[in-house]
Amino acid sequence: MQTGEQMTITIIVVVIATVLTRFLPYILFSRGRETPPFVKYLGRVLAPAVFGLLVVYCLRNVNMTGGNYGLPEILSIAVVIITFLWKRQMLISMASGTILYMILVQTIFS
Amino acid sequence: MGNIHPARQKLTAGKGRSAAVKIAFMHSIPVLAGYVFLGITYGILMVSQGFPPFLPVLTAAVVYTGSMEFLLVSILASSFNPASAFVTAFTVGARHLFYGISMLNRYKGLGPKTIYLIFATSDETFAVNYSASLPERIDRGQFYFWVTFLDQCYWIAGAALGALFGSMIRFNTRGLDFVMTAMFVSIFMDQWLKDGSGLKGFFTDHISEFTGLGASALCLLIFGPDHFIIPSMIVILAVLALARGKLDGSILDEEEEK
Repeated sequence: MQTGEQMTITIIVVVIATVLTRFLPYILFSRGRETPPFVKYLGRVLAPAVFGLLVVYCLRNVNMTGGNYGLPEILSIAVVIITFLWKRQMLISMASGTILYMILVQTIFS
Repeated sequence: MGNIHPARQKLTAGKGRSAAVKIAFMHSIPVLAGYVFLGITYGILMVSQGFPPFLPVLTAAVVYTGSMEFLLVSILASSFNPASAFVTAFTVGARHLFYGISMLNRYKGLGPKTIYLIFATSDETFAVNYSASLPERIDRGQFYFWVTFLDQCYWIAGAALGALFGSMIRFNTRGLDFVMTAMFVSIFMDQWLKDGSGLKGFFTDHISEFTGLGASALCLLIFGPDHFIIPSMIVILAVLALARGKLDGSILDEEEEK
């Protein structure tokens, strides 16, 4: 455990590093200069890829080779996708997927 | 309430704001569920490690990156090393670079709000603000602000609840954290359908989506759950840069039309 002073410094350092990652793109490509075409291109194509990354990130600790073999996750994600294709309502998909997942991990796969 | 004699202009401005608040709140409901739950977990964890209850609330407000805060618990509990803390925080936060590049145009020209919008960007806030399709009458700046602000409030409130009342929770919350996965899957699907829903061009229309899923899954297999984000970002960047020659024409045309 660190002393109060050390903790304060550590937290400030962590805040600076985090804030830096958030502001850097805006600082580098500020209004004054024209945004390079390559960055404009990235601004258009990065987000869909990042959503894929975030999905994988949420599932990073799922054990596919043992335990439940990722079955609760696979079934619940299937429900999210099917309800979304059917209703196109994010809230309905999220609620049905999450409720199914909670039931699965609290009963059959507990 | 009661005396309603404002100038017409003021009235419509007020209406515009409340419409933006309302639609922002609707969009933030899944984040509400996920953040309060994760925030409570974070508050409980911090206090259980012997830290005072104000610390999770303070760090929830100023660091405001879920993954980094959970790491912060172990960093604060180990010996003092600010340089390593900086590198860890920058590495964990590196994905914000991608969010910034994606939001450059959308957050441009919104006035002083922009500083706060950039400061309080999180995975979920970025995903909601990027993917929301808003009716014309809604003020985009107001919408972005309220989603960002509400999300941050949920997270801080969750941390405070966990820090103060964590030991009293009885209701079985197991699996509730799946709401975040479900949200990202829905947003991914929404983006997928926006980029084209037919079988024709199934691959080329969705090259970003395939790249994101494929690169991340591959890097997760190679580097493991704790170290795959940065390699994934590099692979995504490389693949999309290589694909540019093929995609550039169509994509830049769309950009010009906007």
